Amino acid sequence: MKQNESYEEFIKGIWRDNPVFVQVLGMCPMLAVTNSAVNAIAMGMATFFVLVGSSFLVSSFRNWIPKQVRISCFIIIIATFVTVADYTLLALVPKVHKELGAFIPLIVANCMILGRQEAFSSRYPVRLAVMDAMGMASGFLLALFSLGAIREILGDGALFGIDLFGENFEPWIIMILPPGGFLTLGVILLFFNWFRFKKDEFLADVAAAERGGNG
Amino acid sequence: MDNLAWIFISALLVNNFVLTYFLGLCPFLGVSNSLETSARLGLATTFVMLVTAVCAWVLNTYVLIYAPYLRLICFIVVIASTVQFIEMLIKKLSPALFRAMGIFLPLITTNCAILGLAIFATNRGYGFMEGIVYALGAGIGFTLALVLLAGLREESELSNIPRLMKGTAMNLIIAGVLSMAFMGFAGLFSSA
Amino acid sequence: MTSSAQMNAPAPSSLRLVLTLAIAGLISGIAIIGIYESTLPTITANKARELREAVFKVLPGVSEMQQLVYRDGNLVVTEERRKDEQAVYGGYDRDGDFVGYAIPAAGPGFQDTIGLLYGFAPQQKHVLGMEILESRETPGLGDKIYKDAEFVGSFSALSIEPNIVAVKKGAKARPNEIDAITGATISSKAVVRIINEAHAEWSKRLPPAGSEPPLRGTGPAGSGGSP
Repeated sequence: MKQNESYEEFIKGIWRDNPVFVQVLGMCPMLAVTNSAVNAIAMGMATFFVLVGSSFLVSSFRNWIPKQVRISCFIIIIATFVTVADYTLLALVPKVHKELGAFIPLIVANCMILGRQEAFSSRYPVRLAVMDAMGMASGFLLALFSLGAIREILGDGALFGIDLFGENFEPWIIMILPPGGFLTLGVILLFFNWFRFKKDEFLADVAAAERGGNG
Repeated sequence: MDNLAWIFISALLVNNFVLTYFLGLCPFLGVSNSLETSARLGLATTFVMLVTAVCAWVLNTYVLIYAPYLRLICFIVVIASTVQFIEMLIKKLSPALFRAMGIFLPLITTNCAILGLAIFATNRGYGFMEGIVYALGAGIGFTLALVLLAGLREESELSNIPRLMKGTAMNLIIAGVLSMAFMGFAGLFSSA
Repeated sequence: MTSSAQMNAPAPSSLRLVLTLAIAGLISGIAIIGIYESTLPTITANKARELREAVFKVLPGVSEMQQLVYRDGNLVVTEERRKDEQAVYGGYDRDGDFVGYAIPAAGPGFQDTIGLLYGFAPQQKHVLGMEILESRETPGLGDKIYKDAEFVGSFSALSIEPNIVAVKKGAKARPNEIDAITGATISSKAVVRIINEAHAEWSKRLPPAGSEPPLRGTGPAGSGGSP
């Protein structure tokens, strides 16, 4: 039973409540760095680390933090994790750090992270909070990766820097430029809308059929 | 002088905060449904950006040269408290001004455009005047993008758009087209 | 829900609020200083190596370098540099003889600031090499200023007096002319202008050719070398 519950918390972040595609949160960092799959993954991993780490801490100390100063405490905790991630990336992969640049410190301003602390971690026990954070962060990572991969494939004809189409492919440069970020996310959201409409229609049909059967 | 003009135009048009750096997207998509609200939010943001530039300069010059690792936390704490303090001041001194932009101030403080401004200005090693000009350019650029999108959204409310397209997806695509238009400003300075 | 819970709970004293924040700040400070101290050596080494590689690239044949800071009208050999001071890097060959300066420069490009490093031989007044350190030029077009080997390669034995001129591709006739990249004319011209402006500034500051500061330490420098 318990197992099921935490599994449920994990899985909802990836699909039903996906932070990017469904809740449309945390877009500032996500659009700016998704011009290649590698950058997207690096950003996703950094966010994963920050979100899971801060959710763990916030949930562990949730009974000690007074309500009045909770937001300040959350921000201090998040900013600490972001600084740690920033220096770690700078030391380990300076090239990627240079590409991401100022957008790593800006993870702090990702509304998704603070939102999770306020809405979930500060109210639920550690295990559930960590599962929820891992689900949300995986959903975010997945979203970043798909955006980055689409943009790199169309805009550069490559994935992870490996050429896919050969000489004759004329790269669609606009896709790795800023407008491409807006357009790609817009089209993906369209797909999600379409999916939701289809589902609603299907459920309505089922309901109608059931009513018909009963009556 | 030339340099200051380049910083201003670069932040205003060529490297517009919203349309090329994707900063401040939450208010950009959330608030931009009416022209008037957008203009007021833009004004408030420009104001907070100016305050931020001053704060960042003070911190960089007097505090962070000794402790560069505290940069992020210092920026957040100092900017948030300064804005709160100024908010109280405005409330006391000019109720009219407070009505115009007061309600937006707390909302803006946690905006990534503000933090982004402080971090970009630091990374580029801007001095006091450069920082102010950069903030002014970024703030007016933000207002410009916001007002443009709001205008387009007000128009699109009246037109017959497929049900599927309504909402964020449509706004993002409009923003993408705007961003493409702004790409035309690239090269303004270097082609001279 | 929150508000009702808040009402029921007794309001904590302000001492407790301040204490909580102070403890949070303290722990966060310790964590940050810890990570900073433990990554600092790697970060410094990475930066030094990057700079070294760039200097060696723009000054072919160089095996030693040292930082030269422009201070009070002179070039001073020092590792220390204040924030408002500008520096160049002197490159020396295996015997410790001076080869040229590696000069950092920056200016507006097509999209954003372009930062670069160029090698300058004062004796011949030649540019020996150029390396883009930082740019956000358009991928596929403007980024050819560092991806196009032909363009980067043309910054060698390039005469810089009276200044470099970017001409249409294939029209290069004089030793101070350089072929611009087709489709990236503005970015190419920006690179040339940045170098020209930096040269105009530094030619007033550099000592007359032949009297460059010698490599620190005596005798031919065999130690150190490239990594």
